[in-house]
Amino acid sequence: MMTFRRKYEERFFRALSFLFTAIIVFVLVQIIWTVVKKGFPSLSWQMITQEPKGGFYFGKDGGILNAIAGSFYLAVCSTILAFVISLPVALFMNIYLIRYQRLLIGIRFFLDVLWGVPSIVYGAFGFTLLMYLGYKNSLGAGIITVAAMITPIMIRAMDEVLKTIPIGLQEASYALGSTKTETAYKVFFREALPGFATAILLAFGRGIGDAASVLFTAGYTDHIPHGFSEPTATLPLAIFFQLSSPIEEVQNRAYAAAVILTVIVLVLSVSARLIKMKK
Amino acid sequence: MLLSRKLTDNISSKWMVTCLTFCLLLPLAIGTGLVFKSTPLLSEHRLSELVFSKDWFPSDNRFGFWSFIVSSVWVTVLSLIISIPLCLLSAIYLTQYAPKWFLKFMRPVIDILAGIPSVVYGVWGLLIVVPLVGDKIAPFFGKESLGYSLLAGAIVLAVMSIPYILNMLLEVFRQMPVELGEASLALGATKWETIKHSFLRKGSTGIISAFGLGFSKALGETIAVLMVVGNVVQIPKSMFDSGYTLPGLIANNYGEMMSIPSYDSALMFGALLLFVIIVIINVIFRYIIYKSEAL
Repeated sequence: MMTFRRKYEERFFRALSFLFTAIIVFVLVQIIWTVVKKGFPSLSWQMITQEPKGGFYFGKDGGILNAIAGSFYLAVCSTILAFVISLPVALFMNIYLIRYQRLLIGIRFFLDVLWGVPSIVYGAFGFTLLMYLGYKNSLGAGIITVAAMITPIMIRAMDEVLKTIPIGLQEASYALGSTKTETAYKVFFREALPGFATAILLAFGRGIGDAASVLFTAGYTDHIPHGFSEPTATLPLAIFFQLSSPIEEVQNRAYAAAVILTVIVLVLSVSARLIKMKK
Repeated sequence: MLLSRKLTDNISSKWMVTCLTFCLLLPLAIGTGLVFKSTPLLSEHRLSELVFSKDWFPSDNRFGFWSFIVSSVWVTVLSLIISIPLCLLSAIYLTQYAPKWFLKFMRPVIDILAGIPSVVYGVWGLLIVVPLVGDKIAPFFGKESLGYSLLAGAIVLAVMSIPYILNMLLEVFRQMPVELGEASLALGATKWETIKHSFLRKGSTGIISAFGLGFSKALGETIAVLMVVGNVVQIPKSMFDSGYTLPGLIANNYGEMMSIPSYDSALMFGALLLFVIIVIINVIFRYIIYKSEAL
């Protein structure tokens, strides 16, 4: 009797845990399927090659090129900015501080906490900073805010890669007479390059998809920005704003924009995975 | 030659320290900026009044955050109730029962889920979850609901936090010593009994921390929740009522906040509140993880 119950329990939980895993896979497929099915019919060449024209928000002609271009400018620039800050920090942690384990643990702890801060808080902070400095919503402000948001993520991702490099490599490099900087940028950087690529793609994906941080800082406009001081549209906000419209054509465009954003993010995710696998 | 190499080394290490200092000062700057911006509000109102009052009439200069806090906690707790069993059991399945290739197959699935932007989750929520709650779940419980409800927000949030929590749980189970399982199996326990009595107990701190961090992640989520939760200022009575979360409040009113006095100050106070709560939660659970790893 007892063994029967135990066997039954074993089977039950085995089946249940499989079911729950299957649910997760199903939900992912369902999300992508839903978004593509709803948005695909409204997707057109015009959508991705034109800026909004007069009456766009009443369902007339035009596209969302402003948002696509804006998002790319924003994500590319903030990724570069974050990279310029993250690379030295990650290298510093793993070369200069390698013998100070306690301090290193402290910094990692700190960065992890920073990672947990929600993007809306970064957005609000960016906004306060703008007000304080007397600037307006602009591409530049958006870039700085998003860069601040993705920097902790990028540092930790790079750090995880650098952590795996054996200390012997460092010692060998010193023994040959290189300075710490040369060790960092010539030896470690090259060794960790594939891993860095993954980290960059990860951060880029985060930057292009985030709405809450750019809401306050980047503004919104119907034109492609021509400088850092101009406001810019972004894809997530284009989706968000157009969805709140009561007009069906406008809503459909939001769904189409959601397909574009999803495809971009999927491509990023898959390429990051491929680079990781090749390594 | 030697001189220039030394100089490069010198400059480069200074730059590294500068960047690190910058990163370390960032949260301090965020905190200071938000405190600075919410001082006007704090000098007019008492802190307890701001947090515990439910009167939200910005044009009347009355700012009570209670209904937003209650909504936020409702949505977040509900989402955890959904995601905890899902994540825990799938982590168990993937690490204990499933063949290796299946775990390999799941990694990109988790990655993609983590990468989907929050606004896309919002679109999915609008198209699928809101009708589901309004037409199926609420009538099933004999309630009426438009679908834009705390439950809809919680379901979307639960799905969004799956990759985050699941990744941490997989790590917890991966670090489980093999001998522990073998000892238990040798004593005649079934696989499930081993998991239940040994692994869950051994990994309890890690598991609890994963859920704690999931809680803080869900608490700060903005756009997706904003799109499905209904955004009505009220103290919700059931999970089928509409709510209005704290991040949603901040995001939704940035347009008009400059036209009403102290409104911007109030929203920045909301952001400060969120920042402080989330940092505290993060510090606690990260510390627990760190302690359990150090042992």
